[in-house]
Amino acid sequence: MVAIAGCIPGDRSDRARRLFFWLLAGLAAVAVLSVGTGASGVSVMDAAQGWLAGNLDPRDELVLMSIRLPRLALGMLIGAALAVSGAVMQGLFRNPLADPGVVGVGAGASLGAVFAIVLGGMLPAWVGQHTVSFMAFAGAGGSTLLLYRVATRSGRTSVATMLLAGIALGALAAAMVGVMTYMADDRQLRDLTFWGMGSLAGASWAKVGAAIPLILPAILLSPLLARGLNGLALGEAAAGHMGLPVQRIKLLAILAVAAATGASVAVSGGIGFIGIVVPHLLRLGSGPDHRWLLPNAAVLGAVLLCLADIVARMIVAPAELPIGIVTAILGAPVFLWILLSRKGVGAL
Amino acid sequence: MILHGVSFDARPGHLTAIVGPNGSGKTTLMRAITAETPFDGHVAMNGTDIASAKPWQLAAIRAVLPQATPLAFPFTVIEVVRLGLGSGISAARGHLAQQALARVGLQGYEGRMYQDLSGGEQQRAQLARVLAQVWEPVLDGQPRWLLLDEPVSSLDIGHQLIVMQIARDFADAGGGVVAVMHDLNLTAMFADRVALLAEGRMVAQGTPAGVLTDANLSCAYRCRVRVNTPPDAGTWLVPHAASV
Repeated sequence: MVAIAGCIPGDRSDRARRLFFWLLAGLAAVAVLSVGTGASGVSVMDAAQGWLAGNLDPRDELVLMSIRLPRLALGMLIGAALAVSGAVMQGLFRNPLADPGVVGVGAGASLGAVFAIVLGGMLPAWVGQHTVSFMAFAGAGGSTLLLYRVATRSGRTSVATMLLAGIALGALAAAMVGVMTYMADDRQLRDLTFWGMGSLAGASWAKVGAAIPLILPAILLSPLLARGLNGLALGEAAAGHMGLPVQRIKLLAILAVAAATGASVAVSGGIGFIGIVVPHLLRLGSGPDHRWLLPNAAVLGAVLLCLADIVARMIVAPAELPIGIVTAILGAPVFLWILLSRKGVGAL
Repeated sequence: MILHGVSFDARPGHLTAIVGPNGSGKTTLMRAITAETPFDGHVAMNGTDIASAKPWQLAAIRAVLPQATPLAFPFTVIEVVRLGLGSGISAARGHLAQQALARVGLQGYEGRMYQDLSGGEQQRAQLARVLAQVWEPVLDGQPRWLLLDEPVSSLDIGHQLIVMQIARDFADAGGGVVAVMHDLNLTAMFADRVALLAEGRMVAQGTPAGVLTDANLSCAYRCRVRVNTPPDAGTWLVPHAASV
């Protein structure tokens, strides 16, 4: 099957399959680089030798186990989540510019998280530690649903309406965040400042644990949406004619985007453009077939975010830039490039 | 357009054309048959009520070619055709996509980007996708259906004939074809049965010779139309400039 499929011109599935393994190799390399980079000067080789010999310096062990490894794990999770939710959202909206960060879904998630921080005390205790994640998830889900309802008329999603509605949603969320900021006390204000920046600096195993239950299922189950999103590329009516359960696909796609975006925002604040850059690069390289686009996006998203994190830590060392600034500097030009080369990306 | 009291039937082995002026309800009738639009009444396909059938059950017995299909992402032509095959492409089905492309005259176009094709080529690539979905006109003793909404609207004369011949062959092989048509001459050449709509009502339904008459067409299209039957074969329709 593989050999024959590869003989057909225009069939890019072999290329996409090979790319997946190259990306995995890249992820391993970036992981080693990331663990070896940081203010404390612990190198990977020293740490590995110490660990093998059983005499790892307790201070180094602390740096690696409590700071760098959770940061790496969180970076991979968030990068994968942002890239996959971007790819799923673009498939759902049939548009390569639909990124959760751009169209207000990230803002909705932030609003949910800010609500949880400021009004968290009023919520029942059982929601407790997962309040911020849950509220961010609800905010992301609600804003995706609202956006889809506003921008889609009789099966056609208008990109102009989508982007403008995204601006409105973002403005509304910013205003509500403003209200919350006004109401917040000093401790809450410190927590809130963190949302505006987008950072992996506070990474801990607890945050990794809070993100996993929402992000991992969304990433692992997203390939189940692949066939549906491929069909949706032809429009809702055509997808239905091909036997796809369109309403169920849309609902699952919205849930996946909400889970991945919500959890990302909850633990790391707003990190933009990964969701738009990664799927776009992959479509250029190996085509828009979501059966490969989604898994490849997960890995490339992890690679790029961890690389951006390394840059964020090195550029002003020993201090560090919020990673959201790095991704925006790298991502915004790509967004403009997509706009300017619209020929290849269909009806915008 | 709202349809009133329309009863329509199409048979396997036949190419049934739905004709009528703009706004007569042709596309609305097609959308009812494809379950795209809500309707009061009853639509059955191979004896199955389409309102209670699952999308995949319908997809197994009929494929639909819409008037225009904008594509969201940069797929190659072969990837577009394969969308019609669903997931889990086997080797044989992989070749089926190429066969379908050859059938519509697009062999050698596999690796081209869909967006770079002309409108007519895109329409034929979409027809290949639709053909791939119901490649065998009869499967397990059940006829399958091609539902075509203005399949030749963006094609030149040569390609109009190619596409109509593909539809004709599908019907001759035992499948059913329902096509919304604007071109009455092509309808007269290729259809076995014709349904003529005007203002949401069925004006006439039957053989082309019985439906495509001066009186029926002049009434439906609100202009004078004369049907000529040359001695060798076929039918020519000549609209007159003067209004009724």
